[in-house]
Amino acid sequence: MMQEQVFQKVVSIITPFVKAPEALATIGMESSLVKDLKVNSARLVDVVLEIEDTFGMAIADADADRVKTVGDAVRLIQAAQK
Amino acid sequence: MAPREARVVVTGLGVVAPNAHGAIPFASALREGKSGIRFHPHLEASGFGCQVGGIPEGIEAIEARYLGEEERRAMNRNMVFAAIAALDAWDDAGLARSPGGSDDVDWGAGAIIGTGIGGIDTVAEKLAPKVDAGKVGRLGSTMVEQIMSSGNSARVAGLLGLGNQVTTNSSACNTGTEAVVDAFLRIREGRAERMLAGGSEGPSKYTWAGFDAMKVLQRRANDRPAEASRPMSASAGGFVPGSGAGILLLESLASAERRGARVYAEVLGGYVNCGGHRMGGSMTAPNPHGVRRAIQGALSMAGVPAQSIGAINGHLTATFADPHEVASWSAALGLPPSRMPLLHSTKSLIGHALGAAGGIECVASVLELFHGFVHGSANCEDLHPELTAYAASIPHRTVERPDLRVLAKASFGFGDVNGCVIFGKLGG
Repeated sequence: MMQEQVFQKVVSIITPFVKAPEALATIGMESSLVKDLKVNSARLVDVVLEIEDTFGMAIADADADRVKTVGDAVRLIQAAQK
Repeated sequence: MAPREARVVVTGLGVVAPNAHGAIPFASALREGKSGIRFHPHLEASGFGCQVGGIPEGIEAIEARYLGEEERRAMNRNMVFAAIAALDAWDDAGLARSPGGSDDVDWGAGAIIGTGIGGIDTVAEKLAPKVDAGKVGRLGSTMVEQIMSSGNSARVAGLLGLGNQVTTNSSACNTGTEAVVDAFLRIREGRAERMLAGGSEGPSKYTWAGFDAMKVLQRRANDRPAEASRPMSASAGGFVPGSGAGILLLESLASAERRGARVYAEVLGGYVNCGGHRMGGSMTAPNPHGVRRAIQGALSMAGVPAQSIGAINGHLTATFADPHEVASWSAALGLPPSRMPLLHSTKSLIGHALGAAGGIECVASVLELFHGFVHGSANCEDLHPELTAYAASIPHRTVERPDLRVLAKASFGFGDVNGCVIFGKLGG
């Protein structure tokens, strides 16, 4: 799957959790889930579960803990797809 | 010198009931005697003896108007009902909502929103199956907030930026009424300016199953849902389970006057107690002396004579206890059957909403007082033989009572707990 496709899917997974909807207009690979998009940090668990379900992959806790930005999630998914 | 106790009034109402959503439609439904009881095939499929119940309708279709997607993912039906009723009550009182993401906290406003059994649907449908399957890691982040008893009030606090006491009480079927009493006392003591108060309960079959197993639910009217809930009837066959939420916005009279708010009613008095499981009381039956003390305690605080009560919105569930309850009212008020105020049961239309019952029925009581009517108590044309002396006081159809000035509402619950509130017209 191309990076852009993965990126768009990640954005759609994150969107329901975004508490700063205005930040969606400028969302990019460097956007921080918690700082920029104001996702409640407790909900990162749910984002990871949805990524697992959507992409049919298992994410180790240590890898999940390193997901701070949209790009972190995209790269994690792409690495699993190789 | 102790500070003068504040007078407390009702300035907002929110209700999610089996027969209506919202104060105005609910008042109409009560006036029209509209039943919210339906046959539910999923109860039949699960082997329930009672296959009828009261479940608010059309709520899924409107909840996105009240709640964001992230919030809804973290809420069970109990929490959704509470949130919608609380937001409605807040809006109905003419109060502005603190925008989400702002730093505005209303330190003077709190919530006591009770529940009887709460998030058991989450436990049964999500938590237990995953844990038993060894999939704890798949539970997600929202289990705790959905199964903690205070989940309903906690969510409301976040939606409105409440900064005063926020808690969930639980006293079985007395829960909603107890919440109103406790919130009333808090404002009266000057500890809060306004409080959301009431109760909520989801419609889970897991909540209702235990009652069905006890054989206390109506199982003889599955083909006649609207006739199933029969408080005070000779043919009462147990209560019909219900669900929903009823929440009142209580406020100090001074605050209401400052805001120029519409006042539905004044809370004149309230009292809660327990019969101690003595003198005939038990986990499941009320000590009649406790019931009488609760009624008399509320009346005493209200400072109004028993003769001034124009109507009683009773607990009256359609079990064996109805005649005992009516006798307790008569004894507590010191009024013979021939001089009793109008007696009626909102459960005859919506069933018994358990932890939400007191809240929903307090909303009904305040609407009746405000609009000057007493709704008909359905399905008791064949009055219980022990109640024939009270026949003249039990309306089967709605009666207009523009002169209604004082109404008494009581709830009683498992655990031998009791609650009574006296509502009056402001300036009454």
